[in-house]
Amino acid sequence: MDTTSTSNRLSRQTIETIVNNYGAKPTALIMILQDVQKHYRYLPLDVLRLTAREMNLPFAQIYGVATFYRSFSLEPKGKNHICVCTGTACHVRQADVIVDKLQRDLSIKPGETTPDMEFSLETVNCLGACALGPLVTANDVYYGNMTVSKVDKMMAKLRGKETIEETEAEEAA
Amino acid sequence: MNPTRLSSPRALIDLRDQLVDQREEGKTIITVCAGTGCVVCGCEPVAAAFREALQQSQLDKDVEIRTTGCHGFCERGPLVVIQPDGIFYQRTRPADAKVIVERTIKSGELVKKLLYRDPQTKEVIVHERDIPFYKKQMRLVFGKNGFMDPTSIHDYIALGGYQALAEALTAMEPEEIIEEVKKSGLRGRGGGGFPTGRKWASCRRAKEEPKYVICNADEGDPGAFMDRSLLEGNPHAVIEGMIIGAYAIGSNDGFVYVRNEYPLAVKNLTIAVAAAHEYGLLGDNILGTGFTFDIGLSRGGGAFVCGESTALMASLEGKVGEPRAKYIHTIEAGLWNKPSNLNNVETWANVPLIIEKGADWYAKIGTQGSKGTKVFALTGKVNNTGLVEVPMGITLREIICDIGGGVPGNKRLKGVQTGGPSGGILRVGTDGAGAPEDGAREDEAAVNLIDLPVDFDELTKAGSMMGSGGMIVMDEDSCVVDVAKYFLNFLQEESCGKCLPCREGLRLMLSILTRISEGRGELEDIDILNEISRTLSDTSLCDLGRSAPNPIHSTIRYFRQEYVAHIADKRCPAGVCKELVSHAIDENCIGCHVCFKVCPSDAIVGSPKQLYTIIQEKCIQCGACYQICNYNAIRRVKRGGGEMVQRRAGEVWKPRTKEKPVTAA
Repeated sequence: MDTTSTSNRLSRQTIETIVNNYGAKPTALIMILQDVQKHYRYLPLDVLRLTAREMNLPFAQIYGVATFYRSFSLEPKGKNHICVCTGTACHVRQADVIVDKLQRDLSIKPGETTPDMEFSLETVNCLGACALGPLVTANDVYYGNMTVSKVDKMMAKLRGKETIEETEAEEAA
Repeated sequence: MNPTRLSSPRALIDLRDQLVDQREEGKTIITVCAGTGCVVCGCEPVAAAFREALQQSQLDKDVEIRTTGCHGFCERGPLVVIQPDGIFYQRTRPADAKVIVERTIKSGELVKKLLYRDPQTKEVIVHERDIPFYKKQMRLVFGKNGFMDPTSIHDYIALGGYQALAEALTAMEPEEIIEEVKKSGLRGRGGGGFPTGRKWASCRRAKEEPKYVICNADEGDPGAFMDRSLLEGNPHAVIEGMIIGAYAIGSNDGFVYVRNEYPLAVKNLTIAVAAAHEYGLLGDNILGTGFTFDIGLSRGGGAFVCGESTALMASLEGKVGEPRAKYIHTIEAGLWNKPSNLNNVETWANVPLIIEKGADWYAKIGTQGSKGTKVFALTGKVNNTGLVEVPMGITLREIICDIGGGVPGNKRLKGVQTGGPSGGILRVGTDGAGAPEDGAREDEAAVNLIDLPVDFDELTKAGSMMGSGGMIVMDEDSCVVDVAKYFLNFLQEESCGKCLPCREGLRLMLSILTRISEGRGELEDIDILNEISRTLSDTSLCDLGRSAPNPIHSTIRYFRQEYVAHIADKRCPAGVCKELVSHAIDENCIGCHVCFKVCPSDAIVGSPKQLYTIIQEKCIQCGACYQICNYNAIRRVKRGGGEMVQRRAGEVWKPRTKEKPVTAA
């Protein structure tokens, strides 16, 4: 394990608390992993090992579950989590234009994180707010009826800039 | 003992009477829709503004504010309805709250600018019930949604909630309940359409103990959100249905498997389960009848295949959500190999209605083979997006044109996709016979299914399916090859990979379809696609694979011409497939400079107030300029040639205005 002993102890405590919330039953495994992911923003391998020990389940089962479901990630995620809905309704309203735009702006593909760990880009199958498509969520805030120019505004907000002009100036620089 | 706990059915009736007495009749209630759709539009600040405005005018004692579940008309959110009159205000902003309180609440005037205006007749409509979107609907399952705060069990009880449960537990034997559900003709609303009563009866007959009842709230179909809205807006109806079902089947344990992507549904359901416990409606000795039942909540991991019953149960057990062959049905050996009865959210929510009003009443609604109502999520290129609940047997025309208000922006209706990724695309049209532009061929290309009655059997016959009720409307700007590719891509990603036909077949089909959409297809590809489709439906392990070819099969059946256009002419008639189109600017351009700013590849040149031009060598066909242009000056043309594909000859084009819905983008 590549962690030091202090952080190891800390993560053990975290895992213990999360597991105790639900009880160490296999039924709760997915929910436990969701909470672990919420805490670490991804599922670090050594934490998964700890979880396996804590729940008394084979590591293979936990690893299997963590890699099977779409919502889990074994890779670290960025500070800002941008998620584009690509459900059918958003698709026919051209969500892919939005995905393309974000891909270009961030120079990453869906599922990836920028090298500075600021942004992660993801697509989700449907968020169920189809009336407002194309829909983007950034850090759980919904942005409806997205267009390319609204993406600029959203990104400016996420980057902590008040206006788009500043972002543009920065890009130009 | 908990003082709020209801110890007998009598106590429940007393509580209801007491609640009804407390609520003054005719009291003004401002209901603010707080479904996810309206939350995105900003309903929370609106509700807060109302509270403040009422306090300021010292009306907070006389007027109640209620944040309710989804009203369905998500397109027009945030919605505010003033009860008891049902005055309907749409697209409200926090600043409007004060105006509404001052004018409508205090002096009974209407705030005209917030009223709904029919986009076709331009008529201003005051009351919710008169709006065409609601007029043709039959809101039974969603009936209580607009009137109750989902987090308040009192609201639900005051509206008659849990009365069906009391009746079932005291006046009915389990067999009688099953008989009643059988007689009602209720069929599973999750997609399969299996008769619910028969499923319950088999599960009751199964010998093993314990038995489980499960609610499938893993609404994975993209474009369907009725289950989410039900759980958010009326979770008690689902809980009540599950308790009645559990009593009929003889089960003491229930599970709700809900999508983690629906935080508000999880929250409201958790609150509702806790409240039901507090009132003795869940747990030991329900309503003093000696019946015990409890519900556990499980959040899903976001896998589409987990909507399949065996995969869902594997996932509930904390395993990888892979389906198994169903030689032995889950009603015999499901969760932990015990008899398990799985029904969808909407199915469960129908149960209290049937018990309360009787099977005969229920069986009068709908068609021969499909009874009751169905909730559809009407989305895509349609004016009134939202949730619509209609009686089975209503025609597609009534849903799309009357309730949905037709296609926005003078575009031509082309098709409708039902049943999610496992469903198909049907050819519908409102002009003439819905014949395709480029001359109908003999087969089914000239069919127009706009008057198809919507029920389980008719949709299956037409090559689609009911599914969970997604209904995505497509206009002439939607490319069926692209949509079929979209679904295949989705299914290919979501295929669990356990069986070969689904894993490899879908990949192969996707690669062929990608080739076609990029203009590298061969005419034989259509036959190959058809053949793989057949293999997949015959040999896949579960319904994901078996129904996966539906999108391909139905599009080839109804839109063969469009495939041929992609393959033979290297042309995408809808102008969607990127590899086949290029962009150009025409004389509509007023030189507003917006496209210049938005172009990521500096392909647009020109100076303000002049006609701009796109340098084709630099253009990456991202569509950003097309989307942003307010003057309809960007055209999509066939790559490499000047032939116009995006517009129809002879049509008068008006410049786009800001008001125009985004769908036309």
